[in-house]
Amino acid sequence: MNTKINFAGIEMKNPVTVASGTFGYGREYSEFYDLGKLGAVITKGTSLKPRPGNKPTRVYETTGGMINSIGLQNPGVEYFASYDLPFLRKFDTKVIVNACGSSVEEYVELCKILNTLDIDGVELNLSCPNVKAGCLAFGTTYDGVKGITSAVRKVLDKPLIVKLTPNVTDITQTAKGAENAGADAVSLINTLLAMKIDINTKKPVLANNTGGLSGPAIKPVAVRMVYQVSKAVKIPIMGLGGIVNGEDAIEFMLAGASTVSIGCGNFINPYTAVETINGIEAYMKKHNIEDIKDIIGKVEMN
Amino acid sequence: MPKQVYTKLVKKEKLLDDLYKFSVEAKEIVDIAKPGNFLEIRINENLDPFLRRPISIYNLNKEKGILEFIFQVKGKGTQLLSKKEEGDFIDIIGPLGSGTFKLEEYKNIAILGGGIGIFPLYELAKEAKQDGINVNMYIEFRNKNLVVLEKEFEEKSSKLTITTDDGSYKNSGFAIQYLERDLNENKLDAIYACGPLPMLRAAKKLAEERNIPCQLSLEEKMGCGLGVCLGCAVKTANSPVDNPQYIHVCKAGPVFDSKLVEI
Repeated sequence: MNTKINFAGIEMKNPVTVASGTFGYGREYSEFYDLGKLGAVITKGTSLKPRPGNKPTRVYETTGGMINSIGLQNPGVEYFASYDLPFLRKFDTKVIVNACGSSVEEYVELCKILNTLDIDGVELNLSCPNVKAGCLAFGTTYDGVKGITSAVRKVLDKPLIVKLTPNVTDITQTAKGAENAGADAVSLINTLLAMKIDINTKKPVLANNTGGLSGPAIKPVAVRMVYQVSKAVKIPIMGLGGIVNGEDAIEFMLAGASTVSIGCGNFINPYTAVETINGIEAYMKKHNIEDIKDIIGKVEMN
Repeated sequence: MPKQVYTKLVKKEKLLDDLYKFSVEAKEIVDIAKPGNFLEIRINENLDPFLRRPISIYNLNKEKGILEFIFQVKGKGTQLLSKKEEGDFIDIIGPLGSGTFKLEEYKNIAILGGGIGIFPLYELAKEAKQDGINVNMYIEFRNKNLVVLEKEFEEKSSKLTITTDDGSYKNSGFAIQYLERDLNENKLDAIYACGPLPMLRAAKKLAEERNIPCQLSLEEKMGCGLGVCLGCAVKTANSPVDNPQYIHVCKAGPVFDSKLVEI
């Protein structure tokens, strides 16, 4: 049985990765299992300079998921390079850095630095709903995504994945923007902009009022968007949004994703990513599928 | 290093209408847990409620490997948890948090608790007393009907002061008033507190005015409980107003030196 896949030029031992912002820089979950089991680790969104993040309350549970407004708190790329990267490199897995910024110049500066590091790829975060400049300016239009992806592409030789927001009218447009600017792949979806109100205080529960919805509640939206994007672009797709087991992962792959990412599913069970890998293998065995590539995009539409 | 255990509920006790004490077999956790650590408990295998529930540790029975925790029914998650029966299995991750209560070389300490905040203080008092430390304990309840585990706390303290907000049992008023009164007469080496935010703020203020070390156990909404999602942020003391800095209750805490945080 072959579960290996070349995704955007990155040779992964299996298609299962962990999503940015739900896995830190790997340390915490390495206490539960060998990170070498994963196809890749995608780091916490990392910026040029440290970011303190938003005022609490930052997270809140909702039906079948959660909303968050962390605000991209991170220690900055310098700290990452000297402290977290050497740690992650101890494991036999690929390291993809989720890169975030608030101006084209900042993204370019950051990616120049990332290009010099011993990492396997960059995921461009153009879609965080909790940081104004990060999403509204770049992530929601064809021109916005194309512009910033082109600028980054010029300084980055490593595999480039562009992460797309679902908070748009037509996600195939932003996907095309990434493809036409030379991205190697797209990942989708980021969180859906959401709000929860405490009916007793009459205030939104998050200090930032709105936040990004993630978890199984958003999975059908994500699967639909992966399918649409797979029909619109030729570059491969990393699918994510509410995956908690192998069956969920298979659904994304049938819809057209080549790889998948486990997000807040990590929170409810630290072993979710590992169990997802096992679940994919069990499905392949049951359906006599020799090669993982034979699942990708094999949905049969009515 | 935290462990995940899937373990049996061996004893369930209803302390009040909405307050339960669970005892579970969890030697792996009990062996390494310290006073102040907490647990993340999965309510069920379904996806709703989605997140685990952070719950503090009440007692560590090191000889028998039994872990005890007490929780109040507040919402859907704790409601479902309270329906578990003896013999049922529970998925628990723990011990969590690197910031735990530290006894240092103190000889005479004050432990201050309010409401459900008293429970994580039990193991602290127990270990302090075992170490021969003089434990002055002050615990506060809203009223007589909510007073629980008086005998247990009495056993683990050198002197126990119970207060009720409405004066319906023992002393009337806030527990910290009694702590402050005693402090005027005797020197204390440290204050430990867990309870409602106004109580913690008062403890921090009092300790800093009198220049006494103070350790606070804090609460904030959590996503993962492991230090990954960075949800449970608390502002660090003296951080600039226009550029506030945060640390996280689940990883750096839940117990903090009062001088390190702004609450």
